[in-house]
Amino acid sequence: MSRTFVGMPPFPTAARAALADTQLRANLAHATTTIRAKRAAVVAELDDWEALRLRAAAIKDDVLLHLDEHLVRLEESLTARGAVVHWARTAEEASEVVAQVARAHGVDEVVKVKSMATQEVELNEHLAAQGISAWETDLAELIVQLGDDLPSHILVPAIHRNRAEIRAIFEREMARVGRPAPADLTDDPVRLAEAARLHLREKFLRAKVGVSGANFAVADSGTLVVVESEGNGRMCLTLPEVLVSVVGIEKVVPTWTELDVFLTLLPRSSTGERMNPYTSTWSGVTPGDGPQEVHVVLLDNGRTRALADEVGRQALRCIRCSACLNVCPVYERTGGHAYGSVYPGPIGAILNPLLKGVGHDEQTDSLPYASSLCGACFEACPVRIDIPSVLVDLRAQVVDAHRSGVPKPEALAMRAAAAAFGSGGRLAAAEQASGLAGRALDALSSLTRRGRRAGGRRLVGRLPGPGAAWTDARDLPVPPRESFRAWWKRTDGGTR
Amino acid sequence: MRVALMVTCLNDAMFPDAGKAVVTLLRRLGVDVEFPAAQTCCGQPMVNTGYLDEAVPVVRSFVRAFEGYDAVVTPSGSCAGSARHQHSIVARRSGDPGLATAVAEISPRVHELSEFLVDVLGVEDVGASFPHAVTYHPTCHSLRMLGVGDRPERLLRAVRGLRLLDLPRAEECCGFGGTFALKNADTSVAMGADKARHVRESGAEVLVAGDSSCLMHIGGLLTRQRAGVRVMHLAEVLASTEGATRAGAAR
Repeated sequence: MSRTFVGMPPFPTAARAALADTQLRANLAHATTTIRAKRAAVVAELDDWEALRLRAAAIKDDVLLHLDEHLVRLEESLTARGAVVHWARTAEEASEVVAQVARAHGVDEVVKVKSMATQEVELNEHLAAQGISAWETDLAELIVQLGDDLPSHILVPAIHRNRAEIRAIFEREMARVGRPAPADLTDDPVRLAEAARLHLREKFLRAKVGVSGANFAVADSGTLVVVESEGNGRMCLTLPEVLVSVVGIEKVVPTWTELDVFLTLLPRSSTGERMNPYTSTWSGVTPGDGPQEVHVVLLDNGRTRALADEVGRQALRCIRCSACLNVCPVYERTGGHAYGSVYPGPIGAILNPLLKGVGHDEQTDSLPYASSLCGACFEACPVRIDIPSVLVDLRAQVVDAHRSGVPKPEALAMRAAAAAFGSGGRLAAAEQASGLAGRALDALSSLTRRGRRAGGRRLVGRLPGPGAAWTDARDLPVPPRESFRAWWKRTDGGTR
Repeated sequence: MRVALMVTCLNDAMFPDAGKAVVTLLRRLGVDVEFPAAQTCCGQPMVNTGYLDEAVPVVRSFVRAFEGYDAVVTPSGSCAGSARHQHSIVARRSGDPGLATAVAEISPRVHELSEFLVDVLGVEDVGASFPHAVTYHPTCHSLRMLGVGDRPERLLRAVRGLRLLDLPRAEECCGFGGTFALKNADTSVAMGADKARHVRESGAEVLVAGDSSCLMHIGGLLTRQRAGVRVMHLAEVLASTEGATRAGAAR
């Protein structure tokens, strides 16, 4: 994969392009509706779901509060079991550890388990720059990689593609990097999966180095856990001689007892399954079984920054289930690419600004505003991340970061509103002006034949300038001649 | 019990009939509702756009207007949510412990209309008559921030002559979202267009909701589409009686 999200436009611009893609809209509506229904059904089966959510949130909060101790414990356990632990402050450092391991073994290719952390650090691009190919083996990641595309969902990165498009990608691209697609390929999902299986098999059997992330890291036993559906992960974790895992520092859980809670919550929240098909766990090196050289890269890359954010730190509870994406009405319409990150949707709208900081680039600063604050994400989140509250807090951070510069029209409007709303008297004066404006508009539109009414009220049609944002697609009623407050005063509360 | 009407800035300036309907309704139920003239806005437009400093004077004026009342009733789930869940954030930002105390005192007394009717007054049948086919959109903040549940539907089911029709995907956001409607106008309209389609599919003559803001957005799309479905605030339907059916003329 050579494409990255670098240079993506701010959300409103990217969303506009995505919204115009009718095929994308149809693909997303179909996929998110299906997965939402599956999730709702399996969540409804558990009568203690809310208790589980509360427990999971409490466990993660406690881990984050004592993160230093848990990480040192994890390092000790891993080292005692024969793993080599690396600490990476940045994306660059993490990618370079993987590159060093690959170079040390003289390989020009690695096989990969689906992993958000390696996407985040742009590992594949870093390796490619050193002549090392990183083969994605998750079906959806393979589709994205072969199509020279970008992931648009945390769990199903090719959610924006339908099966006809996937068939075309396989037929066009597989031969370029390995075993070609079967000549008689159709867009039947079973046939598409078979084509991927045949294509990947030779890569699994050939690769000397495997690369993964981890869904969880158990501190007291030094165990990494990967949860997956296809078995490709199991292949990558067991067949190569060398295994490197890039793990965000927030993935640590104290013991297997806490792990149990998350293994109940994750599959139901993500794929809508009671249990995922494959759960792989490994603790360092097991002599004569599986990779004999095991590396673990513990990744910060902005996580300690997020941890320092009083309101935002709850985002580090995230277990990357993507339930929030699937229920989000914004995501359903724009898809993931508009968010300009491997972490799209509601969690991406908070995680990216928290990891990177706000006030530096327009794209990141646009993300906290990419939400109607409807709250569906909070309701679905298995670890109870109050995403709307974090979004609102981040918006304040964005505004505060720009307070010293030249004020934007929006800032001036807010200041004017604050002045008007500071007293009932000043507001009454402002409303009198709007009533006058309303009367003027009313008179004006009555002169044109295009004037329309809803009920007895005249409507404003298309307005120029800033008013266009509302009126391009929506009517607006002309302000009433008399505000409520003026009516109350005139009639003494409707009594005369 | 001293009850204050918090009419909201939007109803005050744009949809005064929703406020008048609350007054009519509450008086019919024996509540002598007052309108503190010092009130302005709950501050949500500032808070949700990130302008916390600008929200401080607004929350101060809110506190000045409503302190001393036993209950504050408002025809808006969103503004009730703002008062109950966001004023403490603004108070913290102000660094004024006096404001924080006043907010803590007033916030829990703010009730969205359906909460006030069902929980405080204990009524579901408000004696209304509205012989029309209606569908109800549960606005996000009333549903997920306040948790009003099915209180509005219970009130609507008790209205004489009213036929309540199912709204497909009712709990999905309409896409208004305050300044989201302007800052992300394309996405807002895409969401609203789907909501308007579901409203048309419901077969209702009237779309009812508890927030004029969402109704302004959905209604603006419906009239632009010449959909022939009008929008009315919940208060206007509940205020309607056989003698005086409100026609939703305000929108």
